[in-house]
Amino acid sequence: MDFLNKKPGLLIVGLVIGIGMAVLAALGNPANMAMCAACFIRDMAGSLKLHTAPVVQYFRPEIVGLVVGSFLIAIATREYRSTAGSSPMVRFLLGFIMMIGALVFLGCPLRMVLRMAAGDLNAWVGLVGFILGTGTGALFLKMGFSLGAERDTKPAAGMILPALLVLGLVISVATTLFAVSESGPGSKHAPWIVALLIALIVGALGQKTRICFASGFRNAWLLRDFTNLLPIAGIFVAMLIYNIAVGSFKVSFDGQPIAHAQHLWNILGLYAVGFAAVLAGGCPLRQMIMAGQGSSDAAVTFLGLLVGAAFAHNFGLAGAAAAAATDTTAAVAGGPAFAGQVALVVCIALLFVLAIANIRKKSKPTVVADPQEAAEDTTTDQAA
Amino acid sequence: MLEVDARGLSCPEPILLTLDALEQANGQPVLVMVSDSNQRDNVKTQAERKKKTVTVEQKGQDYYLTIK
Repeated sequence: MDFLNKKPGLLIVGLVIGIGMAVLAALGNPANMAMCAACFIRDMAGSLKLHTAPVVQYFRPEIVGLVVGSFLIAIATREYRSTAGSSPMVRFLLGFIMMIGALVFLGCPLRMVLRMAAGDLNAWVGLVGFILGTGTGALFLKMGFSLGAERDTKPAAGMILPALLVLGLVISVATTLFAVSESGPGSKHAPWIVALLIALIVGALGQKTRICFASGFRNAWLLRDFTNLLPIAGIFVAMLIYNIAVGSFKVSFDGQPIAHAQHLWNILGLYAVGFAAVLAGGCPLRQMIMAGQGSSDAAVTFLGLLVGAAFAHNFGLAGAAAAAATDTTAAVAGGPAFAGQVALVVCIALLFVLAIANIRKKSKPTVVADPQEAAEDTTTDQAA
Repeated sequence: MLEVDARGLSCPEPILLTLDALEQANGQPVLVMVSDSNQRDNVKTQAERKKKTVTVEQKGQDYYLTIK
């Protein structure tokens, strides 16, 4: 497993995940959205009727797979640890804000990379925001930002989210209780069993390696360490090759699927995601991996993402996709409406408040007498 | 020896505390305690980047990294 955390291993993990993305893309997931932590949690919120936007309702097996894959490998390799208690409500809010930012941009950092690999220049613009956001978070970390330590809890606590997601998947597959879009992105999905299997693998790989979109850029800021960008590069390369091979590579701002070219809002959206992700200790994908590994704090962040998605669609905060003019409709520029713009700005302000409010005096390392040195001192004294 | 208790802390706090301790250590060994396998790997990687040798011991569900 050490290999997976060294540079070649990290790149290979990225390439493998990228191949998984390509399979999901080929088998029916939405365009430039083979997997998206934010969009898929939003689709799940829709299927549960937490919001009723008709084009984005589907209980995504990928979300189940990510959490459960991480859970299963953690149990198998004795790395499962049920923990909780590190500022849960702050984390809930951070999850909420990550979702608002992602839905304004129309993608989480993973989807940003998938869109970049398809030639969507709006994603490259959004990347600027993401880099600046992670940099802002890194600044507060340097100043002593901390949400405190998690504590151990009973093992069953950490199993609740994986269990609920499995239950939801069973209901989704075996009954017609949940909403399913008949058109739009929610209606586009790979066969559920393939989606689940690929996500289980990605979830397992995620638990075993350090893959996290926030840390890739955050570590560059904080430590001048670019290693965690390698899995991201692997995913990018795999999907770039796929897109070119199937003819879906197109370099442009306009005409990109489920995207808009409101540059300021693309930047601010991913700025919020990057900033919040660094404060929360991981991007939305990472939160799901940590939740699978037993962290109830990450599970609460997941709930924040879910509720944020519901709010976004209930109150018109999400960005609209740009659309070309047709015979009957005018062109749509897309992007967030006024409500979404206000919400995003408020969220960013809130991030600064949360960041400042949680700066703690950094704990100093304690000096402990080295037992070896103490023993040597005693023998020397005795000899004298 | 300097001791850093980074158990239960979110990424990347264990790394930051470790690097601070290494700066203050002036050649003394540093003991870092983490409770998560990913943080164990993170701290080890960053300490090795600073050309240190790291030995990892598992104690219960925690990991103790001795950095020299």
